[in-house]
Amino acid sequence: MSVFTMRLLAGISAALALLLVVYAFEFPPVDSVQRGYRGLAMEENSNPRTDRAKVRANQLPEPAPATDPAGQKASEVYTNVKVLGDMDANEFLRLMTDMTTWVSPEQGCAYCHDENDLAAERPYTKIVSRRMLEMVRYINGSWKTHVADTGVTCWACHRGQPVPASVWYLDSPKTARGAAGNLAGQNVASAAGGITALPVDPFTPFLKDANEIRVISGTALPAGNRASIKQTEWTYSLMMHISKGLGVNCTYCHNSRSFFDWDQSTPQRTTAWYGIRMTRDINTQFLEPLTPQFPASRLGPLGDVAKVNCATCHEGVNKPLYGASMVKDYPILIGPAPARTASAAPAAAK
Amino acid sequence: MAEYQNIFTQVQIRGPGYAGVPVEGTAGYRVGQGFFSYWLGKLGDAQVGPVYLGWTGIASLLCGFIAFEIIGLNMFASVNWDPIQFVRQLPWLALEPPAPAYGLRIPPLNEGGWWLMAGFFLTLSILLWWVRVYRRARVLGMGTHLAWAFASAIFLYLSLGFIRPILMGAWAEAVPFGIFPHLDWTAAFSIRYGNLFYNPFHMLSIAFLYGSAVLFAMHGATILAVSHFGGEREVEQIVDRGTAYERAALFWRWTMGFNATAESIHRWGWWFAVLVTLTGGIGILLTGTVVDNWYLWAVKHGVAPMYPAVFPSVADPTLVPGG
Repeated sequence: MSVFTMRLLAGISAALALLLVVYAFEFPPVDSVQRGYRGLAMEENSNPRTDRAKVRANQLPEPAPATDPAGQKASEVYTNVKVLGDMDANEFLRLMTDMTTWVSPEQGCAYCHDENDLAAERPYTKIVSRRMLEMVRYINGSWKTHVADTGVTCWACHRGQPVPASVWYLDSPKTARGAAGNLAGQNVASAAGGITALPVDPFTPFLKDANEIRVISGTALPAGNRASIKQTEWTYSLMMHISKGLGVNCTYCHNSRSFFDWDQSTPQRTTAWYGIRMTRDINTQFLEPLTPQFPASRLGPLGDVAKVNCATCHEGVNKPLYGASMVKDYPILIGPAPARTASAAPAAAK
Repeated sequence: MAEYQNIFTQVQIRGPGYAGVPVEGTAGYRVGQGFFSYWLGKLGDAQVGPVYLGWTGIASLLCGFIAFEIIGLNMFASVNWDPIQFVRQLPWLALEPPAPAYGLRIPPLNEGGWWLMAGFFLTLSILLWWVRVYRRARVLGMGTHLAWAFASAIFLYLSLGFIRPILMGAWAEAVPFGIFPHLDWTAAFSIRYGNLFYNPFHMLSIAFLYGSAVLFAMHGATILAVSHFGGEREVEQIVDRGTAYERAALFWRWTMGFNATAESIHRWGWWFAVLVTLTGGIGILLTGTVVDNWYLWAVKHGVAPMYPAVFPSVADPTLVPGG
């Protein structure tokens, strides 16, 4: 073989190798911070480039200027104020202004109000937004196990858009009609599952329905755990969604040598556990019952309402808005603490 | 000297195609005269053919083709027969085994029936090819080492797709046919059974796998390094050692204090390769049947160490009173 051919082959190989490196690996600098005990690879990675994009996606809105109290309740000044009637009338106006910034800055008040009659029960968005206010109060009052005192406002999900950027609908089956090609709910690039071939919709079974997420046995030897490998793939897909939605590794919550073991997990796993139940609660108690209110154009391909998952609030960050608390300026948005129920365990459970 | 430092084969023989040693009867029949390929000669012998397929070879290729078509057409159907999507999504596509609810029954075609059928034909194809490997070796008067090494790989294949699913009582336990899907299956399998890295037979399998690679690299490098002393005549050097053998042996005694022989290195290689899949298959068959959580098994037997806690203690929320 001539020297030229050798060099040509070497050059082509080098070019292919370079292409693989550029395509397959994250461009430096990648910084990693150790969190767990040394040697366990419990570390979080970050990259200034992706961090900049996350910061852009997690900006706080400009609040409306503070006002002097009117001295009268909103319910005494305005008619048909069902949720926020107890707050000061001027504070109420300020909150309405802020809500416009949070949800419909381009569409303005008319997005949720009939401009000729602000008290009227139309358009449909007014009904929805009232229920959403109840939801926000419920989350802040009853789900401190997940949102702590940081709390949420409309902005946590909406970020200035009438429909939050990250919502999900039931997946229309993409299987060929006929006697072949059954995808079994997976085996296409799954956006939820982090571009794996894992199930494409881990939300319906776990964030809408209350299917069992746990699959790993608590005993060394078989003792009746019938969880299948397929079932494990659904759980796996949900975990990939959480990882992607929060911009964290598996090891943010788990010691990956033993995923199931709570003794070796981080406190964040508890927060996430309550988060899964909170999300399910939001979808079943608040969003799904609103389905009849929405026009068909706002529903998914199977006629279901837009629902939330972890990414809806988190937007790629472990704490939404990097942990900034907006709700402290709007105490009306914090509902009463609940009677103790199974789904809303006290913060002491941490 | 330069030719010994080349990654490609330097010597190519050209001449009339050699039909091989004479063999009596129909078993000795070969198709065509064969031909020479310059580029294949870079990797191996430049002479391609003549070939002998026989009925096992033909039946094996036929069964393999049927399995390949069932899998491929199902993948094609799953993207609504869109050729662009077929190419684009090919690594993600799969033919999935039946759902757990079907147990070991035969499900409808599109609910795993195709998978069962593809598995049947693929298995038949592989077994027929094994018969072919065995019989070709006998016809040529060779030992049957290749057939038994191949059988070890077939044992792992059958453990994953046939024996273990039967032991577990569901075809659903088996591996899907697909590029990424079978990798996802592997990860899910490990997670479901509490981390396969704590399975001692998995450990052995990895040790033999990496060991095979190291042994092959050491042996290949050693023989190339002494080939200009006649070292490539390895088999003769088993009983008739020359300067190549003595140099190579001394090199390894100097560098690691011990050397294999021209005979034993091949036995090492064969056993390491065979044990990869043999121990791997045993590890698979024990998982879910005998052991349900390998991490807890390893804790129980003092394999998995405990580490100092660095986080505040965390409790399972389902076990917290009032939770």
